Amino acid sequence: MTASVTTTPARDAYGPNLRQRLAARGLDAVTLLAVPAALFSLALFVYPFAFGLVLSFEPKAGGWLSNYQRFFADPFLYETIGKTLWLSLPVTLLNLFLAVPIAFRVRLMRNQRLLTAILVLPITLGTVLVAEGLLNYLGPQGWFNRTLMTFGLISQPLKLVHNYWGVFASLLITGFPFTFLLTLSYVTGIDPALEQAAATLGANAWQRFRHVYLPLLMPGFAITFCLSFVQAFSVFPSAVLLGAPAGPTRVISIAAYQAAFEEYDYSMASAVAMIMGVVQLAIVVAVLASRGLFYRGPASGAKG
Amino acid sequence: MIRDTTLGAKLWATAVWAFVIFFVLNLFAMIGTVVTSSFATRWLGTWLPAGWTTRWYYSAWSEFQLGDVLLVTFQVVGLVVLISGVLGVTAAYALARRDFPGKRLLMLLFLLPLLIPPITFGIPLATVLYQTGLAGTFWGVVAANLVPTVPFVILVMIPFIEQIDPKLEAAARVFGANTFKLFIHVLLPLLLPGILAALLLVLVRTIAMFELTFLVAGPTSQTLVVALYYAVFAAGVRAVQSIDAMAVVYMVTTLIWLVVALRFVNPAQIVTRAKQQPAH
Repeated sequence: MTASVTTTPARDAYGPNLRQRLAARGLDAVTLLAVPAALFSLALFVYPFAFGLVLSFEPKAGGWLSNYQRFFADPFLYETIGKTLWLSLPVTLLNLFLAVPIAFRVRLMRNQRLLTAILVLPITLGTVLVAEGLLNYLGPQGWFNRTLMTFGLISQPLKLVHNYWGVFASLLITGFPFTFLLTLSYVTGIDPALEQAAATLGANAWQRFRHVYLPLLMPGFAITFCLSFVQAFSVFPSAVLLGAPAGPTRVISIAAYQAAFEEYDYSMASAVAMIMGVVQLAIVVAVLASRGLFYRGPASGAKG
Repeated sequence: MIRDTTLGAKLWATAVWAFVIFFVLNLFAMIGTVVTSSFATRWLGTWLPAGWTTRWYYSAWSEFQLGDVLLVTFQVVGLVVLISGVLGVTAAYALARRDFPGKRLLMLLFLLPLLIPPITFGIPLATVLYQTGLAGTFWGVVAANLVPTVPFVILVMIPFIEQIDPKLEAAARVFGANTFKLFIHVLLPLLLPGILAALLLVLVRTIAMFELTFLVAGPTSQTLVVALYYAVFAAGVRAVQSIDAMAVVYMVTTLIWLVVALRFVNPAQIVTRAKQQPAH
């Protein structure tokens, strides 16, 4: 293992040897350090994906497309796409709409660390714990309903668990901090001098946001939307624990899980996982493609 | 800084803070419910439980074999941290220091497992692991958890390594250090803060990683978060307080490491390294 190959002068009178020619292109012993991690990723990420794709075309019975035919013929299966989108799209949009004004407010704070540390809590605790906590907290006897009843806002407890709204709440409580922290990092990356210039020219707060920040932030919002959306789209534990996994919150990941571990039909499960991937990819590509319509260029000053 | 003093701006600011306070209050109340319930003797239809006890912790400890589960959790997490550190730091060094054909493709290979949610690639991965017989075993859980953590370490470490002056390494070479000595005496001390931060983030994320562990774990290779899922899933079999006691044990385990991690890293890093991507 010598990384000093690059500095060794050519001893060979016939010109540089193979090692030196490779080193000149950046391939030497140091580059080889990337090989173990690359092999690992190929073996445990790329290979399973390719294997799953092939397996999905080798159903237990029927022709090579019969898994996909079964998925799109059975309402119990194909409706999961709509149910998942009906859950994940509103939550993602709501998270983004809430995160933007708050990020604009928090960016002016000098000490953001405490707030960001609090917001990182639900992400670190994970969806299982949030589901377990919300089951108690939002339940008919929980503190949430109890508080609303004490203030006289409702006369009887709202039904907030084991239905759509339970999963919605759990996606909000884990998804909002995620969206917010991403948005904050994009908002603070924009040079405040741009806003000051607009203010000097007499733009009010809304005009500064609409004509200065928004065009600069659109690409960042597109990325934030995509990352938050794929998180929400792959909701699993809270849809089972906090939702109605046989009814309105039977999301696509439940269908994939049941095919694999209840029917032991790995071929069908792979097909559902591939459909899940394709739907995610379609939305992400659509959003990222629309990025091309907006301004792309330098927006940051000192902070990058 | 621009200060808006109009009435509308003040109302808007109030509304924004009201939402933040509402969110944080609900978050703490949710955590508070779990903690309160785990110490409650009986809690039905009142603001606070009828009495306080710690016996649910003893019963949770024996009912859920928490000792074994915690041991497995720490073994899995420890190995994941160690292996992803070794694989990730070496690969990050190569990617930070060399420009070679196919580097962008390699970066994409490391970016994808972080962008695709675990349940999407977890199902084909579990299928492969079941066919090789690795699923259900301890090493299957470790392998599955490594899939997102190795790329994570790589992406965190690349900017960190790039900021270290290559002249330092050249100087060490001039004085006759071999690669091993160079690494131990020059690179490791300089990289230690970055490695520490990356590995702490891996640790926090692995404790909370539910989907991958859930898909490949067998009865003896469950981590704490998966055991908690099964307990909540089969609610009704055990007392609610017992499950809540287990949830508190899980929370404490996670929060200790979160507090340690927050001393060394920016909270935004726990979420993602999305800023490192070519966003513009």
